[in-house]
Amino acid sequence: MMGLAGLYAAQFRTSLATMFQYRAALVIWLISQVLDPVIYLIVWSTVAVAGGGSVGGYTSGDFAAYFLLLTVVNHLTYTWIMWEYEYRVRGGTLSAALLRPVHPIHADIADNLSSKVVSTPGILLATLILGVIFRPTFHFAGWTVAAFVPAVALAFFVRFFVEWTLALASFWTTRVNAINQMYFVATLFLSGQLAPLSLLPPAVRTVAAILPFRWMVSFPIELLQGNLTPRQTLTGFAAQAVWIGLGLLFLRLAWRAGVRVYSAVSG
Amino acid sequence: MTTLRLLWTFFRVGVMGETQYRVNFAIQFFQSLLGLATALAGLAVVFSYTDTLGGWGPNEIVALVGVYILVGGVIGLVIQPSMQRLIESVQEGTLDFTLTKPEEAQLLVSIQDVDIWEALDIVLGACTLGVALARLGERVGLLQAAAFGATLLAGGIIVYSFWLILASLSFWFLRVENILVIFQSVYEAGRWPVSIYPGWLRFGLTLVVPVAFAVTVPAEALTGRLDWQTALAAAGLAALLLAVSRLVWRVGLRRYSGASA
Repeated sequence: MMGLAGLYAAQFRTSLATMFQYRAALVIWLISQVLDPVIYLIVWSTVAVAGGGSVGGYTSGDFAAYFLLLTVVNHLTYTWIMWEYEYRVRGGTLSAALLRPVHPIHADIADNLSSKVVSTPGILLATLILGVIFRPTFHFAGWTVAAFVPAVALAFFVRFFVEWTLALASFWTTRVNAINQMYFVATLFLSGQLAPLSLLPPAVRTVAAILPFRWMVSFPIELLQGNLTPRQTLTGFAAQAVWIGLGLLFLRLAWRAGVRVYSAVSG
Repeated sequence: MTTLRLLWTFFRVGVMGETQYRVNFAIQFFQSLLGLATALAGLAVVFSYTDTLGGWGPNEIVALVGVYILVGGVIGLVIQPSMQRLIESVQEGTLDFTLTKPEEAQLLVSIQDVDIWEALDIVLGACTLGVALARLGERVGLLQAAAFGATLLAGGIIVYSFWLILASLSFWFLRVENILVIFQSVYEAGRWPVSIYPGWLRFGLTLVVPVAFAVTVPAEALTGRLDWQTALAAAGLAALLLAVSRLVWRVGLRRYSGASA
């Protein structure tokens, strides 16, 4: 256990050092992260105003609150692992990671968290500025704020395990771009990036709730905005726990099978 | 004429390079279709709650999406890959090879790399546009078609000049490729009519990153929304940016000294 803590600390230090090297890249990346939700915010606010002030129970203030929270939650749970794995497998840099005595996923979790230590203040600042511009109406309650924190933490792990497992597709094919794109289309509709899930057709909502997507991004926002009863919140936590379990199971199976077919050419 | 002949040569080289990997065609086709389907499904969700968005009806927005994909295809086909190559070759000093060739250097660097699969997006965008116009049922008159062609050309020139200016900055600064990433994410905003955006953002999308002129204005021309002031502004900006980009390129080139390669 001590060894693992030391590994995380070391990974934090190197990741932080790298992040500070590329400050300009960080700012640019922040802009691209914020822009997408802002576009949908504006589109839906326009729809709300045209519909006489509200649409599907959302006023433009509610949409502003939803999409600003989406920016933050999406950022906190975001991973870039599906883009990176192809390089690792094709370039053979995975070989070095395999030689280490601990599972390579630990280095990835530490890297992800440490980069967020640097970028989260930036996202919060951007969200604050956008908050002044778009005037969100929040519906926080004491207990929802308290429940939001574990909901985001669990959402992070649901998303991390799911995306790490899908990233392993690189072991079998070098054309992961098409797979990645399909996955990102799915997250766009099913995790609430395009619109609050309650505005989507019932069939889509059901799929989003059965698959892990709702629990990766949408659930913490719904919870914080007071759209859920305590009972629904508990069901949500249970769904997150189930998907973390399933994610870990799939991850182990795919990892074992994948490492067996992996043969580095260079590296 | 030389431009077209050279562009055709580079396109053929691109085709020869890529046809070794035939499965790529199916995959790229699938990805382009998926992109289009995603855009249309997103529109379907939005338009299940409203009839118009910023004064644009559903079919008109589909036409706009067609222009968006079409212009995106043109950028991806030749502008973006060539400009990325330019930045690399300034950093690595391989621009020397281009400069020694007998053709005009600006022309060569502007079309030196062709990503042939993006031609799929051009076709797909044109089809989307065609279907949308047919469903609109309006007859596109000769005047509108001409206005569309002219504004599309102006938009293309504006985008090209904008990229050339950014890429030429690599004569002065390292790591310019970051700025190009911004263009790509800002271009996404062009999928919706710029009239829905608040003033500050509309200003940015018109003058800082000229997405409005590349996508919205040609789509306005087709759907009969274009006023002559906007058309004139597009033509003026195209001429201005073309001149400025040529100047920046030439001043930058004077600073260039290939030490390696």
